[in-house]
Amino acid sequence: MTEAVTVELEARVMTGEHFMLGDHACAEAALAAGVEFFGGYPITPSTEIMERLAHRLPRVGGKFVQMEDEIASVGAIIGASVAGGRSFTATSGPGFSLMMENIGLAAMLEVPIVIANVQRAGPSTGLPTSVGQSDLLQARWGSHGDYGVVVYCPASPQECFDLTITAFNTADQYRIPVFVLMDEVTGHMTERVVIPPEDEIPRVARKRPSHPPGEGTYLPYKADADLVPPMAHCGEGYKVHMTGLTHDERGYPALNAPTHEKLVNRLVDKVRLNAEKIMLCEEIGVEDAETVVVAFGCTSRSARRAVALARARGHKAGFLRPITVWPFPETNIRRIIEAGHIKQFVVPEINLGQLRREVERLTSLPVKRINHPGGAMITPDRIVQEILS
Amino acid sequence: MSSDTTPANGLMQIRISGAGGQGIVLAGMLLGKAASLYDQKEAVFTQSYGPEARGGASCADIVVSSGTIDYPLVEAPDVLVVLFQEAYLKYRPTLTPGGILIIESDLVKPPDTETDHLALPATALADELGRRIVTNVIVLGYLIGKTDVVSMDAAKQAIETTVKPRTLDLNLRALDAGYDRAKSGA
Amino acid sequence: MNVTPASRETVVDSHPADGLMRADRLPHILCPGCGIGSIAHCYIDAVARSGIGEDRHVCVSGIGCSGRAAGYVNVDSYHTTHGRAIPFAMGIAVQNPSLVVTVISGDGDLTSIGGNHFIHAARRNVALNVICINNFNYGMTGGQAGPTTPRSAKSSTTPFGCWERPFNLPHLAEAVGASFVARWTTLHVRQLQDAILYSMNKTGFRFIEVLSPCPTGFGRPNDIGDGLTEMQNYMRRCVVDEDADLRDTEIDLTHPDSRIVVGNFVDLDCPSFHPALTEPPPPPRSAAAWAAVRPTQFRAS
Repeated sequence: MTEAVTVELEARVMTGEHFMLGDHACAEAALAAGVEFFGGYPITPSTEIMERLAHRLPRVGGKFVQMEDEIASVGAIIGASVAGGRSFTATSGPGFSLMMENIGLAAMLEVPIVIANVQRAGPSTGLPTSVGQSDLLQARWGSHGDYGVVVYCPASPQECFDLTITAFNTADQYRIPVFVLMDEVTGHMTERVVIPPEDEIPRVARKRPSHPPGEGTYLPYKADADLVPPMAHCGEGYKVHMTGLTHDERGYPALNAPTHEKLVNRLVDKVRLNAEKIMLCEEIGVEDAETVVVAFGCTSRSARRAVALARARGHKAGFLRPITVWPFPETNIRRIIEAGHIKQFVVPEINLGQLRREVERLTSLPVKRINHPGGAMITPDRIVQEILS
Repeated sequence: MSSDTTPANGLMQIRISGAGGQGIVLAGMLLGKAASLYDQKEAVFTQSYGPEARGGASCADIVVSSGTIDYPLVEAPDVLVVLFQEAYLKYRPTLTPGGILIIESDLVKPPDTETDHLALPATALADELGRRIVTNVIVLGYLIGKTDVVSMDAAKQAIETTVKPRTLDLNLRALDAGYDRAKSGA
Repeated sequence: MNVTPASRETVVDSHPADGLMRADRLPHILCPGCGIGSIAHCYIDAVARSGIGEDRHVCVSGIGCSGRAAGYVNVDSYHTTHGRAIPFAMGIAVQNPSLVVTVISGDGDLTSIGGNHFIHAARRNVALNVICINNFNYGMTGGQAGPTTPRSAKSSTTPFGCWERPFNLPHLAEAVGASFVARWTTLHVRQLQDAILYSMNKTGFRFIEVLSPCPTGFGRPNDIGDGLTEMQNYMRRCVVDEDADLRDTEIDLTHPDSRIVVGNFVDLDCPSFHPALTEPPPPPRSAAAWAAVRPTQFRAS
């Protein structure tokens, strides 16, 4: 084939009501958020995100590249982001593990990127086509060193859309890597998804240098009061230098402890000190609850049902869903504890106890665990049992 | 999941099972779309993935409800459609006691103990329309006729917004054929 | 190097390369006799002569002594992770095709840990100008062997001599589809400047291997003496043969009289990778296609 292939242009935003796969909703959100570059490597159960973008991104004037592996995928999206475009990749467990090195680079260079991880059951190849939620701690702590990230956990195709949009805005606002931590059930379920008109899609712009190159001094890593430095893109004339080495405000390597302390504290504090603004959490019936079920992603759907069933049987049960698992909504948990009604927490999750640690460190009350290593959802009945026992 | 499947909360779990090439994924998708977008109900559609979806029996699962659907998966269907012998063996045990069993009567031979079921020669009906490819839509029409899980209007809109224009008429005739068969008492 | 007290005084107010050097980053970290400074200067010279605005040049490096080159040149520059300079640079080049993106990194970075990215970027013919500084070892970490360490050469991880077959980088680059392939040494400053300048104005994936002295990591364990001795070895061993069969250009230092073949070996005109399908994909590289584009169009004078 040596003929030029002409691609018919389409609208970026598929405004309207759709019966849509979770993975596709995530891809459509990336398009609606203005993604210009996708670099990825196929892996179940995230592949439908990539395939959707392979069809759609060229039709909105964007660039879709199938990279040689997930290491390269993250490298390329960081490169595209420093060149000024919103960029995106999607993966699942083994690919997410490969991405860790360059996730640290994005954190250190303060380059906004968004990665969707459709979780499957691990470790290793595990159950490629089945659900898992065991990348929770990896998403927060997976790359070496200390840094801040934000992690959104959708529980429906609609949220795959909404939270992916939010993820791009958070990434640009704080210049950090942001993850959309989906799971196989959410990614592979089809439900109604409402996509708003283009002018109703929220868009937070990156903070940019306040003056043109050559006028005054632009220091690429001199942060403002919000701890975020303005970002210059390559080709604009600022002649920036960015390095994964510990660097000063000029971006130049400064290999000493005081510079490292200042830089790394800021990387963490960007998220830590803005956590209240970033955190998203859903609560149902926690005001008088004696048992609060804390669950995220697809498991939260079982938990919500279980809480309703337990209430119907007269037990004061409440439901708390971290939508941002990182930063973890500590404030909400603390408020429930301080209210004094609560007697126990129940934490169902499709891993062997990762979210439970977050709850346990905030309370001395009993924290009952319901764990499954992956491959099946935790049913509402199982959670009801634990609430009532 | 017995708590979720009581008709009282208006929730129905449907499983359409068969072999690759029988169009069960499209049938499930159309049913979910009809309920979700054109009948103002809630619907979740899921399907088998991976090696299990490639060879042998696989299924398309739909939960339809007048209220919010929390737990999204079908574990004990209220309605089970079986289009393939292997699918019968695999999924028959999942049917809720007292649930509706619809069987492709030319392709599935249940044991004599299977007395209470609906027999639908869907493939033969499709052949009568001239295209075996619409077997799945005949099944969908029949399913609607027997359960009223969605309206025919909604199903037609789902088909109109999904299939290729040149196959639209054929698909609509298939839907009617299945529906009429159900309503005729067969 | 003899530094007399007088030479520490300011002799001239400016250097022709000042505007393209990050003078505020000097002194540099490189050892006396190292070739990386010469190569950085060749890059700067090419940028200055390219006729392409400085703002359109981008330099990307990986990790290692060679990876530090990006830190000294005054263009938009990115010092990335070990081996990942090429995918990072590819993201830039694809996102903004008006930029001229050069990767300067080492042999270990580009062809060991980054080997997969190297072959795939070349296969796709991504618009990148890759300068691979080959000093036959991992210098930054103290002289370990790498994929280009010649047979029998000693290093801190091959104390009895290297047992492995090294990469023949021009042959590798040609085989995986590079549009331009050259090999020079830090002795061949003019030819190197010209090759970098020429490749900057070409499309596709361009690859220049530059042999470079590493008196600390490679010279010392192999009794080469100082950087100047290594340069003298280049002078003695190197032959320019631009029609060389690249299967025969493996570097062998086991015999005192074995030759190092240098030159501009491959020069093809193929459109750069562009993912949006707005250009026809390049034809397959049939034998006929090769015949049509060889011999090389660009030759060292």
